[in-house]
Amino acid sequence: MTVIIGLEIHCQLNTKTKLFCGCSTDYRDDGPNTHVCPICLGLPGTLPVTNKQAVLYALKVAKALHCKVPAFSEFARKNYFYPDLPKAFQITQYDKPLALGGYIDNEAENGGEKRVELTRIHMEEDPGRLVHKGSGDRGRYTLVDYNRSGVPLIEIVTEPQLSSPKEARRFLNKLRATLEYLGIYDSEREGSLRVDANISIKGYERVEVKNITSYKGVEKALTFEITRQKGMIRRNAQIVRETRHYQEARGVTTSARSKEMEHDYRYFPEPDLAPLEVSSWVDEIPLPELPDARRDRFVQQYGISQNHARTLTGDLKLAEFFEEIASDMPEIAAPWTADILLGELNYRDMPVTKVPVPHYGALLLEVKKGSVTDTSAVEILRLILNQVMEGQQPEMPGEIIARLGLSKEKGDSIVDTVASVLRENEAAVADHRAGKAGAINFLVGQVMKATRGRADPKEIAKIIADLLKE
Amino acid sequence: MGSRYSFDNPDPHNAFITICREAEYGEGPLSGIPVAVKDNISTAGIETTCGSNILKGYIPPYDAHVITHLRSAGAAIVGKTNMDEFGMGTTTESSAFGPTLNPADPTRAPGGSSGGSAAAVASGMVQMALGTDTGGSIRCPASFCGIVGLKPTYGRVSRYGLIAYANSMEQIGPLAGNVRDCALLYSVIAGYDPRDGTSLDLPAPAPLKAEIAGKRIGVPAEFFGEGVDPAVAKTVQSGIDRLEGLGAEIISCSMPSMQYALAAYYVTSMSEASSNLGRYDGVRYGTAPDFVRSWHDAYSHIRKSGFGEEVRRRILLGSFALSAGYQGKYYAKAQAARQMVRNDFARLFETVDMLAGPTMPCVALPLGETSDPLSMYLADILTVPANLAGVPAISVPCGTAHNLPVGLQLIGKHRSEDEILSAALAFEEGSV
Amino acid sequence: MVSKEDVAHIATIADIGVDESELDLFTGQFNAILDYFDVLDSVPIGGDAAPLRKNVFRDDEVVPSLSHDEVLMNATDPEDGFIRAPRVI
Repeated sequence: MTVIIGLEIHCQLNTKTKLFCGCSTDYRDDGPNTHVCPICLGLPGTLPVTNKQAVLYALKVAKALHCKVPAFSEFARKNYFYPDLPKAFQITQYDKPLALGGYIDNEAENGGEKRVELTRIHMEEDPGRLVHKGSGDRGRYTLVDYNRSGVPLIEIVTEPQLSSPKEARRFLNKLRATLEYLGIYDSEREGSLRVDANISIKGYERVEVKNITSYKGVEKALTFEITRQKGMIRRNAQIVRETRHYQEARGVTTSARSKEMEHDYRYFPEPDLAPLEVSSWVDEIPLPELPDARRDRFVQQYGISQNHARTLTGDLKLAEFFEEIASDMPEIAAPWTADILLGELNYRDMPVTKVPVPHYGALLLEVKKGSVTDTSAVEILRLILNQVMEGQQPEMPGEIIARLGLSKEKGDSIVDTVASVLRENEAAVADHRAGKAGAINFLVGQVMKATRGRADPKEIAKIIADLLKE
Repeated sequence: MGSRYSFDNPDPHNAFITICREAEYGEGPLSGIPVAVKDNISTAGIETTCGSNILKGYIPPYDAHVITHLRSAGAAIVGKTNMDEFGMGTTTESSAFGPTLNPADPTRAPGGSSGGSAAAVASGMVQMALGTDTGGSIRCPASFCGIVGLKPTYGRVSRYGLIAYANSMEQIGPLAGNVRDCALLYSVIAGYDPRDGTSLDLPAPAPLKAEIAGKRIGVPAEFFGEGVDPAVAKTVQSGIDRLEGLGAEIISCSMPSMQYALAAYYVTSMSEASSNLGRYDGVRYGTAPDFVRSWHDAYSHIRKSGFGEEVRRRILLGSFALSAGYQGKYYAKAQAARQMVRNDFARLFETVDMLAGPTMPCVALPLGETSDPLSMYLADILTVPANLAGVPAISVPCGTAHNLPVGLQLIGKHRSEDEILSAALAFEEGSV
Repeated sequence: MVSKEDVAHIATIADIGVDESELDLFTGQFNAILDYFDVLDSVPIGGDAAPLRKNVFRDDEVVPSLSHDEVLMNATDPEDGFIRAPRVI
C-alpha cells in the first residue's frame, strides 16, 4: 500500500507588528487581549493596511525555495464564522497567491536527495486563540484571546510527494532550518510552525489532518493516521474524504463534525487592499547562506563527513555553535557535537545555545590531548550540562578531572591492572587462546571496570595481547 | 476647546438616533457649527448603531478619520442620524429606530439611506451633516429633501471608521442646505489617511467659485430612459436648459453600460455586505449572544433576531452570488460589467467635462409604499454608476415636480470635486 | 429559478436563521431579483475590473494597542481578560 502525503505548513513570520495593523507580535509573555487594536479586534469601520516587511519576508522564503513570483497577486477574503475570527473572514490569498511552484531537496532514505515540489506559498493572517471552559451541554463556553489575531503567516503547500512519516519529518526539519537561516521565523516561539497534512493510501480517498501544532507531532500524527487507514482497508471499511483533527495529548486523529464540512468559503478579492505587484523586488532581496550551501562548505572547509555536516547544519544555532568551537579540531568537534552532544541535549530537551562554549571547547581539547578517555569525557560533559540545567556555574573540565581523578591511566599502572585481571579470569584467557571471539572484549571490559573508565580500550587490548604473547 | 453647544431642539422628523444635547466644540473653520453625523460613522464614546438592533449599545473606542477632522475643525457634533439599517435602503424606513419623515412633506420618506442627515439639514436642525453614499445614499435623500449632497471620488475621504456596507463603492460625503456649506464641509473631511489603503493623496480642495460658462456637459439619453417620471424629467430638463443659459455647452451622448449598472451594483454590494456583516456575533460588541446555545446556533439566532428583513435579504443574496457554482454567473460578471461602466465614463469624459441628469427617477415616496424590494432597487438606477466607477457626483436642488423637490445630478471625472461644486454653485446662484 | 430548498441551503451557508414562513417570501423575491440580474449573462467575460492602485503598504512599526479596558468595554462577561463566546465544542 503506497502512502501519499502532502503538507500545508503555516509559519508565523517574526515581523515586529501584525500583518494588517501596528500591534506588536511580541505577546507571549503578556495576558490575553493585551496586544489588540480596533483593526485586529475586527471592530466595525476598521481597515487593513499591509505590513511591507511581511511581504518582504514571504518573498525571501519564495526566493530561497525557488518559487516563481507572479507579476500580480492579491489578498482575498475567506468567509467563515468562528469566534477566533473577529471579522468573520480571514484575509488570505486564494487564486492569485504570492508565489507558485518551488522545491526543497530533502534527504532521501538512501542518504541521497529527493526533490519535493511545492505547489504555492501564500500570505494570510493568524486567527485568535480559543480556550474551552465549563462542563455539561449548557455550561460549556469559549474564551477568546485575540493577541494572536492578525499575526502574519505564510502557508507553504507541498505537492503530494512525500511517502512516509519519516520522510515528512525530515522534510519539515529541512524546511524549518531553511526558515531559521532566512531569519524570518523564530522557532522558540510556541506554535510558530503548524502543520496540516493530506494523507491517502494510493487508490483511496484522501483525509486532511488539521491541528498538528508542533512539527515534532507530525511523524506521530501521520503514523497514527496511516495505520488507521490501512486498518480500515484491511477490514474492507470505506475511507471517507474528511477532515480530522490531531489530538496531540492522545496522539490520535478524530473526525471533525460534518457541519464543518459544509464550508463554502465564498472567496472574493479583499476590496480594502490594493493588489501586489512585487515580482520585481525578488532580485533585490539578499539571501543568506542556506543549509545546503553551509553543509557543502563544512565538508570543504573542515574536512568532515557529509553526514556530520548535514546534521550540524540542520539547525542554525547548532551550525553557529559548531563554527565557534571547530576551528582547531574539526575532526574531533564534528563527531562529538553531531553524535554525542546532540544526543545529550535531546535527552535533556536543552537548546544548544545554553551549552557553555569555553567549557565545551576545553573538554574537546582534553580529548584531543588524550588526557581523558572518551568515557570520562562523556561523564564530564554530562556533569557540565547538568550543572547548567540546575542553574549552577559549571565547572571547567580541568577542575572536574582533578576533583574526580579522571586523568587517563597510561603505561605501567595499566599493565599492572591488566596483569591482575588476566590472573583473575583464567577461563576467559583460555577462551581467548582457543580463538573464541568475544573473550577479548570481556577482558577489556573488566580492565575498564577496574580503572573506572580512565583507560583507553584500544591501549588495553594492545597490552593484553602483549602480555599474553610473553 | 472647551466651548459647549446646547442642542435641545425637538426632533419632529425622527432625524436622529442619538442626540448630544451638550456638544463640545473648538476653534477652526467649523467653529461652533452644529454638524450631524450618520450613525454608521464611528464616534468614540458615542453609541454607533448603523440603524440596527444588532449594534445597540455599541460604543466605539475610536473616532473615524472624518470625526477627527470635524473635531479639529471646531465642529459641534450634535448627534447621530437615522439611516436605513447598515445603509441598505432608499427610504430610511428599514431603520430599527423607526422611519424618518421628510421635512418637505412629513407623509413621505426622506429617501435614503442617509435620510436622517438629509432631514436634519432640511428641517434646519443643523447647518450641515455627514452622510455616506454606496449607491446614491447621499444624493437620493438630498434630492428628495431639496438640499445639496456630494459623493466624493472613491478614496478622496478616508473610510477609516465608516462601518462597511460595500467597501469598494462607498464614500463619506457632506449634505448641506446650499453648495457653499456643502463645499466647506467637504474641504474639512477630504484628505489622505494612511489607515485607509484606498485613500488618495491629493492637494487640498481649491477655494470655491461659481464657474459654468464654457463647460461641456454631456447628457446621456439613458439618464432619461424608461422608469423616469415624466414630471421629474421635465423639471430636470429645464434645469439643464438653465445650465445652457449660464453658458454651458450641452452635448447629447449615450452610456450603453447603463443596462448593466444596477445589476452590477446590487450583485457587488450584496456580495461585499454578506462578508462585511458576518462579524456581528455579539461576542466583542453589540447585543450579547445567547451563551446557553452552541456557537452556530447562537450565531444563526442573533443574525435572525438582530438584523432586519432587508439586511437579511441582502446577506442571503450576497452569499448566493459568491457561493460555489454561482460566483462566475453573478460576482464575476458584475465585476466585468463594472469595468464596462468605467470604460463608458472614461470614453465620455474624453469629450465632456461632466454629465448631467436627474438624481432620482422619481420624487419622495409616501411612507410605507415600497414593499417590493426590486422596485425599490430600481430607483437607484441613476445614482449607482458613479459608485461603480468611483467618480464624484453631486445632487443640487433643481425645482419641483408634484410639488416635491427634484435634484439635478452632476457627475464629474475622477478627482474633479472642485469642478462639479463650482458648476453646482453657478447653477444654484443662477437659478435663484 | 431558485426553490425554497435553495434558499434554505443559502441560509445554512450564510448561517442566518430563516423561518419557514419567510422562506416563501424570500423565494418569490429572490426569483424576481435574480431574474433581473440575468441581464449580466450578456456581459462578455474577461473584462475583469482593472485595479485602481497597487502596492499600498505600511512600515513594520509598532503602534500602541488599545487599553485592556477599551478592548473589553463592549464585550459581555469577560473572564480573566478573555472575551466570552458560546461553546464551539
